[in-house]
Amino acid sequence: MTVLNPTILRLSAQALLGRRRGLVLMLIPGLVLVLAVVVRALTEEGVGYDIVSEVGYTLALPIVALLAASAVLGPEIDDGSIVYLIAKPVPRHAVAVSKYVVAWLATVALGAFPLFLAGVVLDASEPGRAVAWGFASLVSGTAYTALFLGLAALTRHAVVIGLLYVLLWEGLLGALLTGIRWLAIGPWGLQVGSAISDAVDEPGTGLTYALLAALVVTAGSVWFAGDRLRSFTLRGDE
Amino acid sequence: MSTIELEAVSRWYGNVVAVNGITMSIGPGVTGLLGPNGAGKSTLIALMSGFLSPSAGSVTLDGTALWRHTEAYRTIGLVPEREISFDYLTGRQFVLANAELHGLPDPGAAAQRALEIVDMVEPAARRIGTYSKGMRQRVKLASALVHDPSVLLLDEPFNGVDPRQRLHLMALLQRFGAEGRTVLFSSHILEEVEQVARQIEVVVSGRHAASGDFGEIRRLMTDRPVQYVVVSSDDRRLASALIGEPSVVAVALRPEIGGRRGVDVSVSDLGSFAVQLPRLARDCGVRLLELTPTDESLESVFAYLVGR
Repeated sequence: MTVLNPTILRLSAQALLGRRRGLVLMLIPGLVLVLAVVVRALTEEGVGYDIVSEVGYTLALPIVALLAASAVLGPEIDDGSIVYLIAKPVPRHAVAVSKYVVAWLATVALGAFPLFLAGVVLDASEPGRAVAWGFASLVSGTAYTALFLGLAALTRHAVVIGLLYVLLWEGLLGALLTGIRWLAIGPWGLQVGSAISDAVDEPGTGLTYALLAALVVTAGSVWFAGDRLRSFTLRGDE
Repeated sequence: MSTIELEAVSRWYGNVVAVNGITMSIGPGVTGLLGPNGAGKSTLIALMSGFLSPSAGSVTLDGTALWRHTEAYRTIGLVPEREISFDYLTGRQFVLANAELHGLPDPGAAAQRALEIVDMVEPAARRIGTYSKGMRQRVKLASALVHDPSVLLLDEPFNGVDPRQRLHLMALLQRFGAEGRTVLFSSHILEEVEQVARQIEVVVSGRHAASGDFGEIRRLMTDRPVQYVVVSSDDRRLASALIGEPSVVAVALRPEIGGRRGVDVSVSDLGSFAVQLPRLARDCGVRLLELTPTDESLESVFAYLVGR
């Protein structure tokens, strides 16, 4: 198998779950779900759906993707210990793809799936709405994870830059300038969700553009991460 | 049998030159890469292990350029200076993962064999986080040995390792060299390099300062002019006698400090000076009180080699 390396998959999963970051990663979807259950218990069906659309989709999901993507690659590049994994006859692109797959699984399990669950909890009468949000999260989570993996391969400040991207670019500027929908991952996922259920507002990029853009960002970022690993440079302490 | 060739290799970072026009050939046997800290040893090892692209020149393993060539790691085993930070793995898990990444047919057996070589079978069940520096060093070595490489590159392998484990490591390197592997390790301690390496390459300030077997290097380092301060019962008299000696290059009286003067002596041939000084003092009836070398630091030895 040349695209995926089982050893890298296993070690990345251990790196993800074996450190404190793993706990934070589980805390975020846990909070969203607890919030959903509490709000549902106190209000009518479908009232607190903002938890999915505002808190979950625009904040929890990208942050889960950011933490997962940076956890599988960031620490090893920062402290240089990745050299032990890549001083091997394993194509560096396979290392990048394997790390991506682990981070992607984490994003799906701890980012997209909990949003679907929260949707079901908040409005059990309309499961199509939850499914739409689930698919929206799946699409944008896929692209977020790849983008942040590329970022982690590029700079040791990946977490800060990733947060700035989520909060400033997609959050603040995205709310002010509608044109940003063409260059932001969140709206592409929403576009897919809106194709499934009318309950998701359509950002207006068109389904084809949204899917294509998500695909390009995903493939391009993972390829970029692999290329950065191919040029990984060992710098001595001297 | 493998050979690493460096052909007029330079590497610079912006305005800083880390390695400057180095040509050397590292063949089978143990080679010591000797130089003070910051001389470019780690940069050279990064170049030889394909983890740095040369700014000029070429670095090849048996004729194939190393940069961006992952297949080379079938031949190379690398022990970086960098610590292993896989604290959440046991020693065995780590070595086993290395064996798997090499795609070995029986990674379990290969890991066991490598752990046996470095004498780490028993502690291998514990997490790396609990290891001492010496144990980490040996696990690093095991991970580099797991695929039975014909080239072994080690960056400062003896740093922070206790004396007993140091001897064990040295014996291992000598054994690998005797088996016909190309072994290169870096160190800033001459005695360390002498004990293990047949061939020594000296690097100072990014330049290739000297090359040869340890006898040649030792001679280069001891045959240089050496400065001493001699304090005696009659400095002026001793000074006048010293200048008559062929091994003495220069003599100067020191300014008097606290009633003691002393003589600065420059010596070209350390061996004969050591024999002649007591005889000379006895002949002119001067009592020697102190003899102190003033520039025995390794840096001054290296500086001399570069200026040569």
